[in-house]
Amino acid sequence: MSDARPDFGKLACPVPITTGPTVQMAHGGGGRMSKALTDRLFLPAFRNDALAALHDGATLARPAGRIAFTTDTYVVRPLFFPGGDIGSLAVHGTVNDLAMCGARPLALSAGYLLEEGFPLADLERVVASMRDAALRAGVPIVTGDTKVVDRGKGDGVYLNTAGVGVIPEGIEIAPTRARPGDRILLSGSIALHGIAILSVREGLAFESAIESDSAALHDLVAAVLAAGGAGVHVLRDPTRGGVSSATNEIALSAGVGMVLDERAIPVREDVRGACEIMGLDPLYVANEGKAIAIVAPEVADAVLAALRGHPLGREAAIVGEVTPGPAGRVTIRSRVGGTRLLDMMSGEQLPRIC
Amino acid sequence: MRHVDEYRDEAAATRLLEALRRRVTRPWTIMEICGGQTHTLIQAGIDQMLPDAITLVHGPGCPVCVTPVEMIDRAVTLARRSDVILTSFGDMLRVPGTFGDLLGAKAAGGDVRMVYSPLDALALARRHPDRQVVFFAVGFETTAPANAMAAWRAKQEGVANFSLLCSHVLVPPAMEAILDDPEQRVQAFLAAGHVCTVMGYHEYEPLAARHRLPIVVTGFEPVDLLQGIALAVDALEDGRVGVENQYRRVVTREGNRPAQALLAEVFEVRDRAWRGIGILPRSGYGLAPAYADLDAERRFDVASVTAVEPAECIAGEVLRGRKKPHACPAFGTRCTPEHPLGAPMVSAEGACAAYHRYGRGPGGTPT
Amino acid sequence: MCLGVPGRIESATEDSLGMRMGRVSFGGIVKEVCLAYVPEAKVGDHVLVHVGFALSVVDEAEARRTLETLATMGELSELRGDADAPPGRPAP
Repeated sequence: MSDARPDFGKLACPVPITTGPTVQMAHGGGGRMSKALTDRLFLPAFRNDALAALHDGATLARPAGRIAFTTDTYVVRPLFFPGGDIGSLAVHGTVNDLAMCGARPLALSAGYLLEEGFPLADLERVVASMRDAALRAGVPIVTGDTKVVDRGKGDGVYLNTAGVGVIPEGIEIAPTRARPGDRILLSGSIALHGIAILSVREGLAFESAIESDSAALHDLVAAVLAAGGAGVHVLRDPTRGGVSSATNEIALSAGVGMVLDERAIPVREDVRGACEIMGLDPLYVANEGKAIAIVAPEVADAVLAALRGHPLGREAAIVGEVTPGPAGRVTIRSRVGGTRLLDMMSGEQLPRIC
Repeated sequence: MRHVDEYRDEAAATRLLEALRRRVTRPWTIMEICGGQTHTLIQAGIDQMLPDAITLVHGPGCPVCVTPVEMIDRAVTLARRSDVILTSFGDMLRVPGTFGDLLGAKAAGGDVRMVYSPLDALALARRHPDRQVVFFAVGFETTAPANAMAAWRAKQEGVANFSLLCSHVLVPPAMEAILDDPEQRVQAFLAAGHVCTVMGYHEYEPLAARHRLPIVVTGFEPVDLLQGIALAVDALEDGRVGVENQYRRVVTREGNRPAQALLAEVFEVRDRAWRGIGILPRSGYGLAPAYADLDAERRFDVASVTAVEPAECIAGEVLRGRKKPHACPAFGTRCTPEHPLGAPMVSAEGACAAYHRYGRGPGGTPT
Repeated sequence: MCLGVPGRIESATEDSLGMRMGRVSFGGIVKEVCLAYVPEAKVGDHVLVHVGFALSVVDEAEARRTLETLATMGELSELRGDADAPPGRPAP
């Protein structure tokens, strides 16, 4: 197989399975029903040569450069939310983890843990969503697995995706590379994903146009690397725990300090409203389509321009700076001029009344 | 956002701080009552921007922090019943009781659900007529009208499977208790603005006159707090006493009459236990006799559930402003947000949690 | 206590028991809020909301006055005109 992208061919809507409307134990058993699920749902959706070979593993040509490899498991509830679902989230999330290594994503795997009784119509929706996300990202799903657990032992569906990518020569992205003086850039406005999820959770629902920002960021990252080259030191997508967790982890890894400026951090008005009424701090809320880039000061303007020039980075901003220390300490200048520690979250941030 | 952003304006904050610096001639100790105010002060870094002569002491205005341990235990006991859906505000879910917290009860199989409004809990009761829905009704006077409405509606509509586990507390008795303490050093109060939205501030006038100190009804945004502190300092420097209102855009002297009317119907004033402080006479609300059948403690017979406090927790000292969180030997070591010994380390606006999260060590500067 | 956030009343209705409910916008997101405690509130007014209940109508004139004072103040004493005259004030 050459380096050329696999030909997806015609994309047919997966043929509905006629064994009944829900997932059965036998769908994970390896027999006829398993094969039916693969043949009639997964194969047509993710149509590519590597997958069609139906070996135990996919065979890929070895690319020039270093290999990046990542995995993530997705348990999001509800499964379907404004702006996405567990399927698109799983594709984007793993593509993004590869991109944050500075890698060009090559291929994904998809592992499904299904609960007996899970509606097949919902599974078809999830798979169609993964198909579309993979296609838009240009990254094929080349291998996978399905298991079924007894009713009550799962939660509908859990998804694992793993991914491989290739890191071009000269690109060295790692949290340890953050240096005092580096500028901290954020690709756009925060807290969209977390708030979109909350907006449809029982007990908290509100009317809003807020949709998850879930998106594949590898193209945006390519633009960043093209603009900043070796000056791009760290890339991170601030998912669970938000911007605060991501910055704290990087600061700890690199043994540096960070100072952020609250005034510079982009937050949409309606997202802010939602955070205000629930007493949430946007800096701790999950994002699924944003990137933090920590870059040498001399390339900061070029990287900012590259971000803003990309559809997924229009609201990008420089939000802070790396300092010599104390190591692992992230502080933030408040809107009115004071300073506080931006600590790691302990546990989950819960809506409050006080 | 309108009526929010204007009170986060840096220029206004700077002007207030500079005027404060010029005005202050000697040390003053000011207590802000409400945990929400503590939260803003530390989150915005205001406590560090004030002139050194001004000491802020954090008060007991965190209803989560002062909820007695036995109430948590009763909630946990109810949550473990298979016929009960225990509903609660998010704040209460991680407060440790004797047998763990509500999230622990959920993990053990209890049906514990977070709600935004007490009316959501009532709606849940209507949707699940086969289950008992208990609402953990915690809060100061600010939250009481909402809880009262849920009770009133339940009675009007005859929703038989709804009840309230009531742990309401009142601010003025707490302020009295602090002022009656011979060791206390508070010279002025920033009164809780949202409590006063409901109750007005006329009840603070006798307090201010009797103890001869300024009380400033203050809001919750950074500029509100700076203006409240400024008014307090100006009064202190002048030797003036009495109540002033900084939060004029939403607080009036009489307060919210319709809300007060329903409170009088649904609740009655009772003696209440405050965690870390003890029993304060006539310091809380219980359901009035006409609403007694909505009382979860009676319906499920959990009133006898009592509790044991961890000895090390000095919540009482912190809540009365006698000690700062970092003076506690367990602060940050044996007591952290992940493993709290007491409520002020758990609650989002508890002083201990605020100090830990926003990095306040001895001297108040970020450690 | 107490997270109270100002929002704008976008619309109001009455439920089956005659209780007034409003759709209140907070920067663009809209929540159902009980308006029973603010019978004087109209569509277009801003109300202070706590746990799904409007507790007070924001007095636009007072808000404006506060902001004007803050915008022009030089010394702390200039704030005094913005607050109610406290009782028990000592003679000047």
